[in-house]
Amino acid sequence: MHPLIKLVIQRLALGLLTLFVVSLVIFISIELLPGDVAQQVLGQSATPETLAAFRQKLGLDLPMHTRYLNWLGAILQGDLGTSLISGASITELLSERLYNTFFLAGFAALISVPLAVCLGVITALYRGTPLDRAINIVSLTAISVPEFFVAYILVFIFSVELAWFPSITNLSHDAGLGERLHRTFLPALTLTLIVTAHMMRMTRASLINLLALPYIEMARLKGASPARTIVRHALPNAIAPIVTVIAINLAYLIVGVVIVEVVFVYPGLGQLLVDSVSKRDFTVVQAACLIFSATYILFNLASDLISIASNPRLMHRK
Amino acid sequence: MHAALHEIRKIPPTALFGMLVITLYIIVAVFAPILAPYGESEIVAYEFEPWSSEYWLGTDSLGRDMATRMIYGARNTIGIALITTLLAFFIGCVAAFLSATLQGWVDQVISRAVDVVISIPTLIFALLLLTILGTSVYSLIGVIALIYSTFVFRIARAVAMGIVVMDYVEAARIRGEGLWWVMSREILPNAAPPLVAEFGLRFCFVFLTISGLSFLGLGIQPPAADWGSMVRENASLITFGDLTPLIPASAIGLLTVAVNFIVDWMLHKASGLKD
Amino acid sequence: MTDTTPLLQIRDLVIEGRAQDEWNPIVKGLNLNLGRGQVLGLIGESGAGKSTLGLAAMGFARDGCRFSGGTVHFDGIELLGADRATRRNLRSTRIAYVAQSAAASFNPAYKLMSQHTEFPVLKQVSSRSEAEEDAITLYRKLRLPDPETIGFRYPHQVSGGQLQRAMTAMAMACRPDLIIFDEPTTALDVTTQIEVLSAIRDIVDEFGTSAIYITHDLAVVAQMADQIMVLRHGELVEEAPTRTMLSDPQEDYTKSLWAVRSFTAPAKPAVKKGTEPVLSLRNITAQYPGMPRPVLEDISIDFHAGRTVAVVGESGSGKSTVARTITGLLPPISGEIILDGAPLPDKYANRTKDQLRASQMIYQMADTALNPKQRIRDIIGRPMQFYRGLRGHALTEEVRALLSAIELEPDIYMDRLPSELSGGQKQRIGIARALAANPKFIICDEVTSALDQLVAEEILKLLDKLQNEYNLAYMFITHDISTVRAIADDVVVMQMGKIVEQGSKDEIFTPPHAPYTDLLLSSVPEMDPDWLNNTLEARKSASI
Repeated sequence: MHPLIKLVIQRLALGLLTLFVVSLVIFISIELLPGDVAQQVLGQSATPETLAAFRQKLGLDLPMHTRYLNWLGAILQGDLGTSLISGASITELLSERLYNTFFLAGFAALISVPLAVCLGVITALYRGTPLDRAINIVSLTAISVPEFFVAYILVFIFSVELAWFPSITNLSHDAGLGERLHRTFLPALTLTLIVTAHMMRMTRASLINLLALPYIEMARLKGASPARTIVRHALPNAIAPIVTVIAINLAYLIVGVVIVEVVFVYPGLGQLLVDSVSKRDFTVVQAACLIFSATYILFNLASDLISIASNPRLMHRK
Repeated sequence: MHAALHEIRKIPPTALFGMLVITLYIIVAVFAPILAPYGESEIVAYEFEPWSSEYWLGTDSLGRDMATRMIYGARNTIGIALITTLLAFFIGCVAAFLSATLQGWVDQVISRAVDVVISIPTLIFALLLLTILGTSVYSLIGVIALIYSTFVFRIARAVAMGIVVMDYVEAARIRGEGLWWVMSREILPNAAPPLVAEFGLRFCFVFLTISGLSFLGLGIQPPAADWGSMVRENASLITFGDLTPLIPASAIGLLTVAVNFIVDWMLHKASGLKD
Repeated sequence: MTDTTPLLQIRDLVIEGRAQDEWNPIVKGLNLNLGRGQVLGLIGESGAGKSTLGLAAMGFARDGCRFSGGTVHFDGIELLGADRATRRNLRSTRIAYVAQSAAASFNPAYKLMSQHTEFPVLKQVSSRSEAEEDAITLYRKLRLPDPETIGFRYPHQVSGGQLQRAMTAMAMACRPDLIIFDEPTTALDVTTQIEVLSAIRDIVDEFGTSAIYITHDLAVVAQMADQIMVLRHGELVEEAPTRTMLSDPQEDYTKSLWAVRSFTAPAKPAVKKGTEPVLSLRNITAQYPGMPRPVLEDISIDFHAGRTVAVVGESGSGKSTVARTITGLLPPISGEIILDGAPLPDKYANRTKDQLRASQMIYQMADTALNPKQRIRDIIGRPMQFYRGLRGHALTEEVRALLSAIELEPDIYMDRLPSELSGGQKQRIGIARALAANPKFIICDEVTSALDQLVAEEILKLLDKLQNEYNLAYMFITHDISTVRAIADDVVVMQMGKIVEQGSKDEIFTPPHAPYTDLLLSSVPEMDPDWLNNTLEARKSASI
């Protein structure tokens, strides 16, 4: 087999394995719960009969490995189980919210990724200048303040003072794309501000590392202009580090969504997760965690594969 | 004396600002009971009193003095974040040095376990574990320290790996030195400087995560005063154009900015001419 | 020649480098003249400022360096005052550069050919197809294998010596007036170096290109340059035509450089029959886990008290691996190591303290061999404490005695950190740490190759003195034949994990040699400007 194909298959297998182990970790953590789930959910006053009925309904009387396999098997068929509290189907509960969350994250990513990469390249190119220092201080401040601080400042400016955008995101089904973008604008802007700062700083750092390498000096000694040095000689080698940076931040975006969703009462997965944690609705927490983790793992896997594709050492063996 | 003055003058203003802010925070945290005008969770007036000479920052949703809670909050929020970071570094560094020194299966087992934990988003894993363990201060510290120890592990392992390949470590090994000597005398002193900057950075992340959890109502629990929860409890004021709830939020931001300014300067110094 | 103005003229050049927010001069008011078609050799030890000066000839200062005085005239154009675009336009087309490490200086993302043709096409010297054709011609002239296709490989697919020639070809692409060669063969093995040297010299001759050849190796510069400048601490020591410089150096510093290779340890009588070796390797074969081929095959060497065995070979010959099996870091898959008549356990972890103590090691890079966070008294004191149980006053006294033995004043150096010592002093501490264990056998792994020549000679003298004092057996690993001549009693020549030839120094250095030994010995540059010609001539006639 071609070594490259072997490498790609290896990475894919590793991603699947990680996903499997993570599902196991999530499942087992809930199992380690002190006390009895049925007791916790139904309360101290529940009769032994109702407890037994509840256990049977959830299959809690089966041995652990059977339950795990059942759970996993159902998930693979798109069935995430039922909520412990409301008894509703989790798949139904999640599908709309999942779409909303991805819409928000995608919106933020669409603005922040190109912006951050450009800013990163510019600051790396003009490093040490007042422009670089100013951007450095601003971005450092942006990554230092909590997400909810940024969110509330934006709410104060754009919805309380200026009344341009709503402070609470109310997504009705009939809203068109324009309406949707308008209503999602503030949460998306919050995420963008935070993620852009992170991503830009990491892009700058990885480019600066690259610029210290001998072949970049060689390009300059061959008479390449600064722009040519960056675009032709540095960037092709920077693909792997930049893609890694983007993947890390997209993954961060998915997580950052949780707090932003709470601030804006945004009907997404994060909001649901937080509610379920405080209600101790374990099955929903399990499902939401699995989805967040799977997305995260997929991003990392994709960045791995792109890094391989951009590396001539791996693409063209000796 | 003159030399010291010269050294200080070489520190950039941002880092000096950072040091000043941190000193201030430490003073407030240490002397909280002396500085605070009222008791930590004492109800002193009606809810949401405006700013006055009596209640400097007004009162909160339960009628407790905001200024007092800000001062105690410094103690609780920073203290818990600091303990958590220290614990995370202890766990992470010990595991990392063991991994780097012993290599082989020990390294494989620890590294793969860390890979799995890291492949679950931090906040999500924290939420999952807190659901299970409940939201006490101890489980909060334990859970966050455990999660962040995996990041510390990765960095400390990379640093230690760079040291382990040095000839002086090889020399100590073939001299017949034991594991403890190699870890404590050969690796630790050389790994410490890069890890100090990392400590600052990780403290910021831990601090922000704990504040985030508290903001979500899943972190430091009432009645203890804490900046993250204070924002949440009083957030409704913002829609009325009152920015008081943002004071604790900016207190959080100011500290992380301060730490980051210092870390930035340290990293810049360590990288030498690479600017 | 009708044109009498020099191609390159540098006047009173001062370049400063920044260290901890302070600017210190690296090049201190240097002058340089280079005529058309002339090759100038810049020679000096590390920190002499020779690379900085070479780059200045292109109007280039590295990050953290700045021009702070003087002028650089290239063919009538003043480079330092010129705008960036002017300087850029001269590069590649009229001035080109060949870097020390071709492997790091080729962009890993592009094939050699596309890097070769980038600037000829960009600067409109030729079309892409012309440039490609010309590249193949140049590859052929530089005697690269497969000149038609080698350009269509990525840098990582080509060997170091070939890359260095490809980089010379790239520098030649626009037929520049001047090429700066910055230590182009330093990273190469000697047998590769001779090929690269002759290829570079022939092509420079053929096109009549002017060149500045920067190196720290006197014998190399003697082959390449018409004129030599000796630099030290950013200042000129001496300048003269090559032959004059070699036969009649004027300055003391230059003479001392020339004289370095004169040290030879006095010959020792042959080992008496029946004397038991301190340490002996018997049929050692070793293999790294997961590798298809053994790294060492059937190695047998005896080490006798008071004698030095030099193990010579190029990179990849397995000479350092021999050290790793002796120290127990790489257990052999077959064969035995015998210490004082008793077999030594394979792994260092299974050896007793006394067994560990008996054999010690001195490393190539003193910088990485000494823990930067430990003081000298602890570095030297630890083995005494660990193996011999010395404590308190007795320990301090012993450390002092040892420091005196390695010619460092105890009161001054005892409480210093390694960073507060010079390179040579650090290497002395490395030696002291080995001695502190009271060993019988010491492995010296390339101990002088990271040092400047004068310092290296001091270290060799010290090692020789200590050997006589303590009756030590040395295993001296090196790639440098002149070091072998200086210090060895017995020589082992290795190639690709096997012993090619072994015997006393006289046996090895007296013909007839094994074919590989012959190649190795004849590839070592000598301080004779005709050496390269003679050697190539000799090889040619031998092959006919």
